[in-house]
Amino acid sequence: MKAVEVRELVKDYGNFRAIKGISFEVNEGEVFGLIGPNGAGKTTALRVIATLLQITSGSVAVFGYELPKEAGEVRKIISYLPEEAGAYKNLTGKEYLNFIAKFFDDGEKFQDMVRRGLEIANLGERINDKVDTYSKGMTRRLLVGRALMINPRLAILDEPTSGLDVVNAQEVRRIINSSVEAGVAVLLSSHNMLEVELLCHRIALINDGVIVASGTVEELKKEYDAGNIEEAFVKAIK
Amino acid sequence: MIGNIVKKEFKELFTFATLIPLVVIAIVFGLVGQSIGNIGETMEEKPVIGIVDRDDGDFSDIAMPILTERAEVIYSGSSTEEGLEEVRKENGVALLVIPENFSQNIYANHPGEIEIYWIMKGAGVMDSISSGVVEGLIRAVNQGISSKLIQQYSSSDPALVLNPTTRVETTFFKGKEIEGLSSSQLGNMLSSQSIAIPIVVMMLIIMAGASVISSMGMEKENKTLETLLTLPVRRSHIVIGKIVGSALVGMIMAAIYMIGFSRYMTSFQISNINLADFGLSLGMQDYLLIGVSLFTALLAGLALCIVLGTFAKNYRSAQTLVFPITALAMISMFITMFKDFDTIPAALRAFVFAIPFYHPMIAMRALMMDNYPLVIDGIAYTAVFTVIMIVVAVRIFNSDRLLTGSVQKRAGLGKLAWGLRRR
Repeated sequence: MKAVEVRELVKDYGNFRAIKGISFEVNEGEVFGLIGPNGAGKTTALRVIATLLQITSGSVAVFGYELPKEAGEVRKIISYLPEEAGAYKNLTGKEYLNFIAKFFDDGEKFQDMVRRGLEIANLGERINDKVDTYSKGMTRRLLVGRALMINPRLAILDEPTSGLDVVNAQEVRRIINSSVEAGVAVLLSSHNMLEVELLCHRIALINDGVIVASGTVEELKKEYDAGNIEEAFVKAIK
Repeated sequence: MIGNIVKKEFKELFTFATLIPLVVIAIVFGLVGQSIGNIGETMEEKPVIGIVDRDDGDFSDIAMPILTERAEVIYSGSSTEEGLEEVRKENGVALLVIPENFSQNIYANHPGEIEIYWIMKGAGVMDSISSGVVEGLIRAVNQGISSKLIQQYSSSDPALVLNPTTRVETTFFKGKEIEGLSSSQLGNMLSSQSIAIPIVVMMLIIMAGASVISSMGMEKENKTLETLLTLPVRRSHIVIGKIVGSALVGMIMAAIYMIGFSRYMTSFQISNINLADFGLSLGMQDYLLIGVSLFTALLAGLALCIVLGTFAKNYRSAQTLVFPITALAMISMFITMFKDFDTIPAALRAFVFAIPFYHPMIAMRALMMDNYPLVIDGIAYTAVFTVIMIVVAVRIFNSDRLLTGSVQKRAGLGKLAWGLRRR
């Protein structure tokens, strides 16, 4: 079964067409990247799949559940990490993880989820401090922990290492990779081409609401006779 | 340089979003003021009264010209029943009865008794102005009699000269006959509730409303809303959870506020009249209805706030959005203080009935007068209002508005309930 199936997706904001009929699939246990410049439509596409935005036309299915009809079922199996996400500032890191885990299970699995969230966030004693006192890197690690602790079938990550320093970014990538090894499908967006090469099994290059090319990193480099994916992207949009 | 900063600040702060609610509320306040009327004009108007003179003695001859000159006398006869009927029919204030032995008693060094039957229309501040004017008439009658006593009977008892008459008062108010209380005494007692209860309700609505609107603003500012909306929880549960949580916070905050305020109000309390002695008490069923009225109004207010909160871009803009709620609560409070529901013009009555916060403010007074239909209709209306607001809020939560500020048209109004069922 496909983790994500997007067919001819169109998304309008009033008179502005942000996505102009894109199609792609994400396989189980795969990291699929939507790559493009700011304003290309990456975040809009992720928000539609994450059940946040309505579909103008086309279809989206997540593990066979159609949107928007089965949005409730989709929300049970996905985890979405927005680019500029925050956490509730008056809660401690641990309270925040507890709060989120309760939506998924309040029995035995709840404890396992929180334990896993604590491991991923790896904030030590600071997990008992209020989120308000966290640095940007600490907050992002807490949020990655929140997103992956529930063992989602699909993790939707919008610029997962946005604003992080090299060390923190590398740590987040390591966490994502280990989740994928555990069977999680990942759909991520990024304009960090190095990150894409390091993380993604397959990518789609998106520009001005249209997918201009898709395939593995190696396939795209070969297709556009490029030394790296950045060069391939520039050639693809010309 | 300063001018440049001033220009920037003005552009940032003086927007249509901040201006429109202010203009609307200013217009509403103006219309409310116009509808309620002018205190000065009411005081200058001659009060409409009836007079029954059974004495026809020297002192009633002093009283009658004073009364007829300063009041519009619409009944002058010998029957109390007829007089009352006429005064009621002509929307009058009181029927004054001067009994047979009035002058005789005064000659015998006993105060003359005047029977006053008050026709009380409302318990608001504005409603009691006419009765205040009649009280002034009685004082004028007393002065006239005192002058006569001083001029002609210098050996009179000084106490009698100072207070030549006593009153036996009966007040008719909303079908109840309350003996031994003047309309102003009853009005004072009821108006102390007219002030305290609306202020409690207003504080509760404003505190809880500000909490829920701020909560929406903070969700957006702290970027937590997107995560919340992708969790496996129904939109209706998010809306209800926010409403109940904010109601609790609002109640705690209002309770803290009211501890101080009740002490402040106690210092103004001058009357020791117990309304229960006059059959104006509330039973358990009445208190239950007041509780239900308050609870539904709070839910309605919060549901309205959550709809308003969806327009908040951040915490600061959320503070601006509290203003319409504050204004509606204040309008309800002032109208409750100044006028009874039954004595305000029909258009204003329809307007205040539409404000959910108005109903708990008037509930206690209405129940005291056995006006159950008004309270029950208010609760029913407020409950319907709450459900509509929750459905609208859920509908907005299901749309793109929360994240993008615009709504993706997907379903008509007929499908509003669909959102509640599916999510």
